[in-house]
Amino acid sequence: MMAESQEKKVGIVSCSGEGCVEGTISRVATRLVLEKLRPNETVTICLPLFLAGGKEEREFARDYPTITVDGCNKMCAKVATERYSAKPASSIIITALTRDWGCPKLGSRRKLNDEALAVAGKVAGRIAEEVDEVLKRWV
Amino acid sequence: MKASPKKVIVIPCSGIGKAFGSISRDVTFEVTENLRKETTQTLCLALLVSGDQESLQLVRDNKCITVDGCPLQCAEKNVKYAGGKLAGSFRVVDVYRENRHLKLRSVTFLDADGQKMALAVAERIGKRVDELLRDE
Repeated sequence: MMAESQEKKVGIVSCSGEGCVEGTISRVATRLVLEKLRPNETVTICLPLFLAGGKEEREFARDYPTITVDGCNKMCAKVATERYSAKPASSIIITALTRDWGCPKLGSRRKLNDEALAVAGKVAGRIAEEVDEVLKRWV
Repeated sequence: MKASPKKVIVIPCSGIGKAFGSISRDVTFEVTENLRKETTQTLCLALLVSGDQESLQLVRDNKCITVDGCPLQCAEKNVKYAGGKLAGSFRVVDVYRENRHLKLRSVTFLDADGQKMALAVAERIGKRVDELLRDE
């Protein structure tokens, strides 16, 4: 989680929830954005470190725009970002997207099946679009 | 998310920046879904830290083992902060130091070496779970 002060970077905060497959999808989708879709425009914030009081993480999320990616409607990443830093520029909830997309069989939280991998890819695309929107609004 | 009195709660950091965090997560699933699936369970660390009452009760009523990727030990810190009964603390980086021949390259999807590392940590945790349950 490093960014030079003058660089335009968007922080992606994934819940990585261990309790359900959507938590794994949030994590994989975030990694796909960082590694493949928008590697030069994004950084990730390690949520456990952020929650444990990570100073650098909290300052970044306060000073730079963030996009939270939550597995379920408990929205732990969004709530924590708001509580400790600032309101995210955008928030994504996987269960809301999969309900809209009609994806009932996402399988194991440990190893994503083909359907879940496809969902992770679509979510990553959605995050990348949000990154572009945030960068467009950046003044 | 209710646990029987004999369940041990295994909680990984699931850090997203390095392979160690991904391994901590896979370790937890190996223990809770395979090696000791009858006697362990996991929960969402982020939900616990956000103050979810059911999660707080779970870590306060049951013995907990944390699995951290790196020396910052965020899972351990957060479980202690939540008032959980910490009964074991493992760090992937420590096991890595004993297995430097394994090359941990992939973060998103663990490769074969990452899976081997996860199994090595999981087996240690399985033994610790057995010790904890014997002590009860």
